[in-house]
Amino acid sequence: MTRRLSYREAMREAMHEALAGDPRVFLMGEDVGRYGGTYAFSKGFLEEFGPERIRDTPLSELGFVGAGIGAALGGMRPIVEVMTVNFSLLALDQIVNSAALFRHMSGGQFSVPLVIRMTTGAGRQLAAQHSHSLEGWYAHIPGIRVLAPATVEDARGMLAPALADPDPVVIFEHAGLFNVEGELADDCKVDISSAKVRREGRDVAIITYGGSLPKALAAAETLAGESIEAEVIDLRVLRPLDTATIAAAVAKCHRVVVVDENWKSGGLAAEVVARIMEHAFFELDAPVARVCSEEVPIPYARHLEEAALPQPEKIVAAVKGLLG
Amino acid sequence: MTIDHHAPPPPSGPVSWDKDFAHRLLADMVRIRRMEEKSAELYGAGQIRGFLHLYIGEEAVAVGALHALAAADNVVATYREHGHALVRGLLMASIMAEMFGKSCGCARGRGGSMHLFDAKTRLFGGNAIVGGGLPLATGLGLAAKMRGEDRITACFFGDGAVAEGAFHESLNLAALWKLPVLFCCENNLFGMGTAIERAESQTDLCVKAASYDMPARRVDGMDIVAVHAAMQQAVQCVRAGQGPAFVEFQTYRFRAHSMFDAELYRQKAEVEEWKARGPIHTFSARLKAEGKLTEEEFLSLDAAACAEVAAAVAYAEAGLWEPVEDLLKDVHTP
Repeated sequence: MTRRLSYREAMREAMHEALAGDPRVFLMGEDVGRYGGTYAFSKGFLEEFGPERIRDTPLSELGFVGAGIGAALGGMRPIVEVMTVNFSLLALDQIVNSAALFRHMSGGQFSVPLVIRMTTGAGRQLAAQHSHSLEGWYAHIPGIRVLAPATVEDARGMLAPALADPDPVVIFEHAGLFNVEGELADDCKVDISSAKVRREGRDVAIITYGGSLPKALAAAETLAGESIEAEVIDLRVLRPLDTATIAAAVAKCHRVVVVDENWKSGGLAAEVVARIMEHAFFELDAPVARVCSEEVPIPYARHLEEAALPQPEKIVAAVKGLLG
Repeated sequence: MTIDHHAPPPPSGPVSWDKDFAHRLLADMVRIRRMEEKSAELYGAGQIRGFLHLYIGEEAVAVGALHALAAADNVVATYREHGHALVRGLLMASIMAEMFGKSCGCARGRGGSMHLFDAKTRLFGGNAIVGGGLPLATGLGLAAKMRGEDRITACFFGDGAVAEGAFHESLNLAALWKLPVLFCCENNLFGMGTAIERAESQTDLCVKAASYDMPARRVDGMDIVAVHAAMQQAVQCVRAGQGPAFVEFQTYRFRAHSMFDAELYRQKAEVEEWKARGPIHTFSARLKAEGKLTEEEFLSLDAAACAEVAAAVAYAEAGLWEPVEDLLKDVHTP
């Protein structure tokens, strides 16, 4: 059996299930309680689970993310919500200097079973301080797992294994996906370790994740109309990267476009391309192309914001450039 | 209000402790002192590397404070934490081995001097990010409260941390949520080489803590009896569920900030003034004056500390290096 629901509903259900199923789980963040969540992910939770477990925090990202780490060390399973990835920079010290390295630095004595969720990405005219995609930075750090659910299935399914992970997991939810609807199987179970083929093809592999996945699928649809069969790979897990699935797609299609809302310089797409060089170089028939954000802070005006971001037309053009 | 750091407060009256307890605390201060003197020597010899921050001069704080805690309590400390680790109950040998970088060290050689950890005694590090431990302690307090555990968290940090946002965010959260966290500020008057007057617009740290609506108290950190009494009172208040408390221990480090410090920022005379108030000799003198300690007893506990140090060094020297094949072990939980 399947049913239709939105990304937002899927994430809400996932949190509801976690809260109902494990007394150690609690939700903490700015306006998660009385307000119902900045994006209404936790609407109704305060009434159902109470203020101890649905914890509104002051505006102090460093403090409450660090408190989440401490609570995890103390035997709880916190879900800490940070409003956007831009604000998470205020908490970066605790994530990078404590959560990510406690296990190793303590010689294996202390794991940090913490889940941090945050909104990422542009496309809503929120300008430069609410629109960036910095998940590539997080994917740089050993000791944390980085997830980017791009489908309703992953929005519903990734939280449970993330909470079961004894180490810190950071989940990036692209704001452009919240109202996307999809079919969900009743017995939906997903892993948090592998990339997934979202569309089969043979002429070119489009490797992407998160908010760029619908754009890549739209581009593949356009290309199909011109008899170009694009395979679309959803990375899903940005750290550790599933190199085997990436290499298999290269071996199958021999041409690759990497689509990533990060900037090119030092971004995640650069890492994917480097993995291809290391693991599948001789399978390539053409240099790997990238479609990323332009190297500017994301602007407010709609036409400028659209021009700054990866778009289906840019992906189509990049594919055609490879096919000559 | 300004504080006259050069006017020592009067001693805290006669020592009411029984002889055994007094000797135990004195011995712990001597153990820290001897261990650290030896580590400085081993640093010079190249056997300990990295940064080494000595606690010499501040021993009364860790010893007096930690003896007021229960075994179930949590401790969060800074990168100047050799003393805290030792008093908390880590074997001196495992601390020394960690400083050597050996696999039998308390963090398998991954942490070194600044990152001593011990799950058994609930020592959650050795944190070398100034202020980094405060949010963690707040969260540990939150977990204990949510789980209904009879457990408080003592968080040690220096005066330098008070300028960090983490201090203010953590005290606010802990007070807002009435968490069982005891904030222990080891005010040694310098954040590395910057005097507190040059770093804080308000040098009365209790005023800052009290602004978050928690009890805040200043105590002479060179006087172990005063430290222990203040800590006991604060522990009782936090354990009773009245929310967090703040204690400022006024103390002084006799040695350099780390092993790379020419001490250009303070006068030798100032250091000598504080040394005259050294916690070990002043406490010994008080005990002797009250007939609770003889010179022979002091020499005997000092000899025991030296023997413990010698054994710890031998253990560390004999310890094995972590195999390089295990480099990636424990980045994630297996």
